Amino acid sequence: MSLAVDDLRVYYRTLKGDVKALDGVSFTVADGEIMGLAGESGCGKTTLGKSLIRLEGRMKHMGGTVSLEGESLPIGDDRAMAKYRFKRVSIVPQYAMSALSPTRRVGRLIADLLESRGAGFDEMRPELVRRLSLVGLSEEVLERYPIELSGGMKQRVVMVLSTLLDPALLIADELTSALDVSTQKAVAELLVEFRDRGFVKSTIVITHDLSILYQMADTILVMYAGKLVEKAPADAIVESPKHPYTQLLLASLPESGVRYEEERLTGIPGRPPSLLSPPTGCRFRDRCPLALERCAEEPPFVELEPGRHVACWRAA
Amino acid sequence: MTRYLARKFVLYLTTFFLAVTINWAIPRLMPGDPVQGLIARLRADSTASQQLEGYFTKSFGLDRPLWQQYLDFWRGLLHGDLGLSITYVGTSVSDLIWAAVPYSLALLVPAIVLSYIAGNRVGALAARRKVLDNTALPIAYILTATPYMWLAIMLAYVLAFKWGLFPVSGAYDFSLQPEWSWAFVESFLAHWFLPFLSLFLVSFGGWAIGMRNLIIYELEADYANYMQSLGAPQGLVRRYAYRNAVLPQLSGLALALGAIVGGALVTEIVFSYPGLGTLIITALQNRDYFLLQGLFLFIVIGVLVANFLVDIAYVIVDPRTRTGIQGS
Amino acid sequence: MTTTEHAIEALDPQRGVTTPVATPPRRRNETLYFALRNRKLLIGLGVVLAFLVLAIVGPWLTDAEPFEFGFPTGEPPSRAHWLGTTASGQDVFAQFVYGLRSSFVVGALGGCVAALIGMAVGFAAGYRGGVVDELLSMLTNVVLVIPTLAVLIIVAAYLTVRGLVAEALLIGLTSWPWAARAIRAQTFSLASRDFVSLARLSGSRGWQVIVREIAPNMSSYLFLTFILLFGGAILTAATLDFLGLGPSNTMSLGLMMNTAVISSALQLGMWWWFVPPGLGITAIVGGLYVMNVGLDEVFNPKLRRT
Repeated sequence: MSLAVDDLRVYYRTLKGDVKALDGVSFTVADGEIMGLAGESGCGKTTLGKSLIRLEGRMKHMGGTVSLEGESLPIGDDRAMAKYRFKRVSIVPQYAMSALSPTRRVGRLIADLLESRGAGFDEMRPELVRRLSLVGLSEEVLERYPIELSGGMKQRVVMVLSTLLDPALLIADELTSALDVSTQKAVAELLVEFRDRGFVKSTIVITHDLSILYQMADTILVMYAGKLVEKAPADAIVESPKHPYTQLLLASLPESGVRYEEERLTGIPGRPPSLLSPPTGCRFRDRCPLALERCAEEPPFVELEPGRHVACWRAA
Repeated sequence: MTRYLARKFVLYLTTFFLAVTINWAIPRLMPGDPVQGLIARLRADSTASQQLEGYFTKSFGLDRPLWQQYLDFWRGLLHGDLGLSITYVGTSVSDLIWAAVPYSLALLVPAIVLSYIAGNRVGALAARRKVLDNTALPIAYILTATPYMWLAIMLAYVLAFKWGLFPVSGAYDFSLQPEWSWAFVESFLAHWFLPFLSLFLVSFGGWAIGMRNLIIYELEADYANYMQSLGAPQGLVRRYAYRNAVLPQLSGLALALGAIVGGALVTEIVFSYPGLGTLIITALQNRDYFLLQGLFLFIVIGVLVANFLVDIAYVIVDPRTRTGIQGS
Repeated sequence: MTTTEHAIEALDPQRGVTTPVATPPRRRNETLYFALRNRKLLIGLGVVLAFLVLAIVGPWLTDAEPFEFGFPTGEPPSRAHWLGTTASGQDVFAQFVYGLRSSFVVGALGGCVAALIGMAVGFAAGYRGGVVDELLSMLTNVVLVIPTLAVLIIVAAYLTVRGLVAEALLIGLTSWPWAARAIRAQTFSLASRDFVSLARLSGSRGWQVIVREIAPNMSSYLFLTFILLFGGAILTAATLDFLGLGPSNTMSLGLMMNTAVISSALQLGMWWWFVPPGLGITAIVGGLYVMNVGLDEVFNPKLRRT
């Protein structure tokens, strides 16, 4: 078991109270597994991703544990986490295209970062160049300033840099949101290739786009309003989703090749609950067409079959 | 890079043209006859006033058509001829200005450079040490809100008059002559210190506040976030933030030059320091229009040149301008 | 633009628009809530208001006129003359409070003029873009680069009649460029937003879009800019007055310092004459700057460092 998360709670401290962005999530990611983390905006997936590497701003670790390769990660302690960052846990952030300082040459930035983490730049350089060419970038990129590179090039540089020290866990946060479809595919393929070549052990891919996960992820974990809803192998989730939310999510995706003259695109009616004071019981209750009386009691995230977890009274 | 600098150069050239034209046009646009106004202020008697009228009309070139006056003005300008002073009869305006310039530069250059460097350092420090931030910042705000001449007055009063630590007027002791002797240099520095300190302190406040705010902003930028996510030590992140913060500060330097020059002028007046400031006051008191015009042009050219120098520095520091994409 | 205006602007540079779309009533109360609890805002506002009250009420507290002679010369503060008298026998307190009035008038008027011009130029350049933007930017840059004081000296020297309003106008006409640049940048980011496109599609004309959609969303930014212009105008006016280029018939704080220096008040140790005017300006302008920082924190949630 590469990554094990147990009852993790991360809240945002605000003047109005605590926003319970992550309210008790537990799951595991195996060695070599690419897990997709999906859900609508505000469901907590980005919070989950960030909390595994660096709590920022008003995020507060309120409970639960995280362990990576058997070792407990001190995610609540910024100083203590520093030694795990980049080497054991790494991230390709959402803002990858602006993640490089504009006043430093790319090579210099990488050198500074490596040296500051105790990895010699000269020793790593051949491997760096090899990986750059793997993603289609020439060594010359190192001499350039970020402004001279295209958005896609910058993102690829960041992908290479983030994985340079072969982390056990890579978090890819909304990697494809700002890209066109063909580039999305290329980036997705790169992530898979990184895993295949052993640059990273486990990957968590955070996105709201289920279709891209279907193409690249081994398993998909769906979140809603700070809680886990369903986790299953990618094919299983797409072909036979068990949770009503997942079913509706998939149903609202437009089908390619179909023309919507007669019908309208349906979304899911209603809005997610406020995380400041979330409702008791199943959080999807108000919007769920299949809600029961029993749903007033929160359904546990149980394993129905090996590898399939759902949090729903109906499905269980 | 050349495109960026060329654009700036065109800007300065245009500004220069505009400034010269304003300079030329204003006496002619003001209500009333400038010559009569001059004579009335000089309160000459009737025979003298007739002669003066002839002199002034000729020197203003008012007897010639406007466009020719304009060209004459330019011609004179390009020859370095800014006319003759009314106050110091017979002395050319350019001579007077050049005599005063070294003193003003001796104040301005160290004050600008040192306040900029010191202000940036302190501002950067304040951005990360809460204790320093809480003490230095209010002081910086007070300093920057202080009018230049008032700080000069207070320094003069406390340090010079009351405690007698420094002399109060002139650039050097009356008994000495400008020369490369130890006595002169010592006297010069003693007289120079207070006006310099006054200029330095007020400007320092502004830079410190600016840098502090910029660093705070930069530390929340995406690249800083990324570096921290990859476990980079705070020192490294701060260095990167500083490097990025310098850019807008440098632009700010160019913008602030005009204000600091103004500050230097009034500071000099308080200390009767024989720079351009005192010259301006003399010109104003004596309605010495030629001297005023010359001073105006000189100050404008000086500021434009300084701006251009800052632009060059900016190009060196900001890689974005060098690759042909517009800087800030 | 002074170093301070640049400095304070650095807190909210033209890099991203942070103001939200039209605020519903609940949000507005939230702003008030934060406003009343922000120490910097309260202190700064308090200082400025205190001096404003003094400026308004002061002249009623004294019988003396600012230019009135006849009092004993060079007297330190006493019960008869709260701030003493000048070397030529004028009441310093009277001069001080009337001078405060001038400062506020010049600051407000000069600030207004500069703000209006800055808005006109900034909105037009930011909204229209293209050739209009190029021309206006050129104009802005030229006026920006010219050292303000030099121009003001030249113009003021030639003017025969100088009143407070004229001085304020002059200051306003020369200090708008940095405001125009800042407003232009903000307008650029706002103009590409959806609600503007929506307004345009529904037929609103240029200036209508600016007045109804863009300006209200920048209202906090505009207000902050105005405060900085206000403070800057007071400082510039003080400098002009100190050079003797201010209004000749109105008392001003700069004029007080001018006369004091000329009359050797420093040598004679008449601190009550030259300390109050400068102190007053420092306090008012400082108060405005601190207010500005506090307001920025109130309007901009990201800056609240709790």
